[in-house]
Amino acid sequence: MMAFLKLLARNRLALAGLIVIGMVVVLALITPLLPLADPDVTDTPNRFKPPFSEGAILGTDHLGRDLLSRLMWGTRLSLAMGLAAAIIAATIGSAIGIIAGYYGGRTDNIIMRGVDMLMAFPYILLALAIVAALGPGLMNALIAVAAVNVPFFARNIRGITVGIAHKEFVDAARLAGMRDREIIVAEVLPNVLPVIVIAMSTTVGWMILETAGLSFLGLGSQPPQADLGSMLGEARSALITNPHTSIVPGAMILIIVMAINLLGDGVRDALDPRLKSGALSRPMPATTVDRQGAVPAAKTESLLDIAGLRTEFRVRDRLYKAVSGVDLHVEKGECLGIIGESGSGKSVTALSVMGLVASPPGVITGGAVHFDGKEIIGAPYEVLRSLRGRRVAYIFQDPLATLHPLYKVGDQLIEAIQSHDSVSSADARSRAIGLLKSVRIPNAESRIESYPYEMSGGMRQRVGIAMALANNPDVIIADEPTTALDVTVQAQILSVLSDLRRERGLAIIFITHDFGVVGQLCDRVAVMYAGQIVEEGPTAAVLRNPQHPYTSRLIDCVPTLGGGQRKLSAIPGLPPVVDNLPVGCAFAERCDKAHADCRAGPVELVKTEEARKTRCLFPEVVSERSA
Amino acid sequence: MTGYILKRLVSAIPVLLGISVIVFLIMAMIPGDPATAILGSYATPENVEKLNRDLGLDQGLVPRYFIWLGNMLQGDFGRSFALNRPVLDEVLDRFGATLILAGTSFVLCSVLGIAAGVISAARQYGFADKAITFVVLLGISIPSFFLGMMMILIFAVQLRWFPVSGMWPIYGDRNLWVLMDHLAMPAFALAVVATGVIARLARSAMLEVLRQDFIRTARAKGVHERRVIWRHALRAAMVSIIPILGIQAGFVLSGAVYIEMVFQWPGVGRMLVDAILKRDILLVQGGVVFIAACYVLFNIMVDVAQALLDPRIKT
Ligand code: SF4
Repeated sequence: MMAFLKLLARNRLALAGLIVIGMVVVLALITPLLPLADPDVTDTPNRFKPPFSEGAILGTDHLGRDLLSRLMWGTRLSLAMGLAAAIIAATIGSAIGIIAGYYGGRTDNIIMRGVDMLMAFPYILLALAIVAALGPGLMNALIAVAAVNVPFFARNIRGITVGIAHKEFVDAARLAGMRDREIIVAEVLPNVLPVIVIAMSTTVGWMILETAGLSFLGLGSQPPQADLGSMLGEARSALITNPHTSIVPGAMILIIVMAINLLGDGVRDALDPRLKSGALSRPMPATTVDRQGAVPAAKTESLLDIAGLRTEFRVRDRLYKAVSGVDLHVEKGECLGIIGESGSGKSVTALSVMGLVASPPGVITGGAVHFDGKEIIGAPYEVLRSLRGRRVAYIFQDPLATLHPLYKVGDQLIEAIQSHDSVSSADARSRAIGLLKSVRIPNAESRIESYPYEMSGGMRQRVGIAMALANNPDVIIADEPTTALDVTVQAQILSVLSDLRRERGLAIIFITHDFGVVGQLCDRVAVMYAGQIVEEGPTAAVLRNPQHPYTSRLIDCVPTLGGGQRKLSAIPGLPPVVDNLPVGCAFAERCDKAHADCRAGPVELVKTEEARKTRCLFPEVVSERSA
Repeated sequence: MTGYILKRLVSAIPVLLGISVIVFLIMAMIPGDPATAILGSYATPENVEKLNRDLGLDQGLVPRYFIWLGNMLQGDFGRSFALNRPVLDEVLDRFGATLILAGTSFVLCSVLGIAAGVISAARQYGFADKAITFVVLLGISIPSFFLGMMMILIFAVQLRWFPVSGMWPIYGDRNLWVLMDHLAMPAFALAVVATGVIARLARSAMLEVLRQDFIRTARAKGVHERRVIWRHALRAAMVSIIPILGIQAGFVLSGAVYIEMVFQWPGVGRMLVDAILKRDILLVQGGVVFIAACYVLFNIMVDVAQALLDPRIKT
């Protein structure tokens, strides 16, 4: 509760709303005590006095009544009506909702049908019908507004109750022999009450508007008694000659409703956990770059060279170092594997290349990526965009989520082609069919009309690959493209990739957690752990003779042919959380050979053999693996 | 698709029946003798007796309901005692004006609301987002009738850009241009609240969608950001925006009551308020049922639009 209040206070607008509505409420409460003129005493000779006149600060209305006094009394009445309507609607609606949600089954069905019927009416129309039946008047308007809001509460509270009715403590109460009525009062009600109160606080503004509206139409409060709505309604005929009589009550409604809405929004935001975690922010077109220190030069002359790359996630006051100083390169036509557990930074490394790390919260804080000799981190958006898909293309995991669900796969392919190549739609279409054929999709001509949800996982991933090939890129970055697929389909996809690579001279960066896949496809492999490369070398050499203890563990996870699932859980322990990295070797917690030296300070990635590097003080020796 | 439309039409029948039951029950709450209430205090005994016979008012609730329903199905909504003409004729005469007003407003609030929401989301926490958020808050907090009155003061009286009220000029031609001139202010005033609601929802729907993987895919393909936002993201967000458009259509349709009062627009809303004040029960009853039925049909169109947009919906 305190935390909630603090959050609310942090939201300055909500606080302003709270203060304003608080002041209005206090003024309304003390109105009878104030030395105001009688709001209903007419004084026709003094009608339409302008504001700031003698004895009437806000002027007088068409019957010469003091506007300030009428405003105060009107506000009091409007607030009371809105609040009363909200309380009535909340009580009845919640009762209906709780009963429907708690008993479920047929009761629920019948009640909710009725609620749906009521909701099928255009909102205000139903209120009008009720007032028509009961006759115009303050009480009847109140009943009408409350009645039309009952379904809203019934539906919301039912939803919550359904969730609670199946919780253990309710079952326990039932087993303990409590009767339904007791359970509802003792167990269910306390849990739904906060929701009811919040729903009420967000709707009370509406209710004030609605009751004022009915009064404005002459269907609510009757003369001489006035709420803000009927003041406005009466003033309407003098709108053009004496606008102040309209502006005064109208502005008051606006102020009240706006303050309540501000407060309601603040309450909602304060209670929304997603807002707190920053999960509601949208990723920008390209990852934010905020590089500290000098931009490193390319370490190699390769097609793609990553040097000293650092990528962080800034979530509120916490910092997750997802990638801390990665050097990698890939040559033309080469296949580089990046392997590691989830959270090791391998995907973030790959996504950083084309600025595709979600940002916020991602920020590239250091390093450089040279593609074809040009530095592209922090390059202007248009430069990055023209490289994306055209020279460096991506294939992602789970193509059901990564293909647009509402566009035909053909259209998505055509779009990929036309993003970089201004060809006619007909040409793009025949190219798209050719692409589908090249990834061995049968009936490409008809498949092009399919939606992603109509295809199997393997077919979808072929579409993903076809899309990556659309503009004949130089590099394909494949981020766990086979993880979601079963073993046979996985083998097919891998063979498609390796054929394409041979035919087209593609460079591939293949990200996976599976050494078996790396062994089939990759020339070189880099092993990542906690945002750093811990070992790098030719695949065959690394597989034969892993030097980092982590690498050898990973290799041990690969089952022999016919063995069970490949599971990384075979390694005891978990990788360190990247917002709290140890000073020394990040793997020390899980390493059998960990020594005090390992924890003392950073361990460097050192060259151990020709083309091999390892980040370990006590690398494994060949003989250990010979068995 | 035809099959789907038919299916939705059939499923609307119970809703329409439900609506008629609710209206009937509300009207049955009228205190006192229904015939006298319907005919007003000047009713002659003969008239009361005739009405009792025609509407079955001397019978129980259930037969009364079916007589009423049967009459309506034959196009007989009863007779307005105050106007002394058939209810349906009056409603149909007035409905065109309401449809023009509400329809224009609906288009306005959909287009403006979605555009504002998309821009707001695309520029999240930027200046445009903050400005839009503030205007939207103002929009959903201002009573439409007050807004309408202020617009009359500013744009009609002070600036003389638009006529003060009415649908047509008292003298002169009735053409589209004149109509638009009269329509501009009421349509806008009616659209403001709904625009705000739609903009808020569109913003959060867009933010939800923009975080999804297929947006990253589009970017990775090299699709231009403008297209990513207005095509990829908006198309997916529309799936959750369209149902809200349906709900807002109801607000616009019934909120027209206030605007018709303020701008002297000759629509059904003003007719209803007059009828309520004159206790012209049958006119109210007929008008409410008619509008509610139109709204149900409109919602079927919304469902069809949704099905056209989202191929995953089984049609
Ligand atoms: S440095 Fe030490 S703790 Fe780290 S992997 Fe090597 S032996 Fe293990």
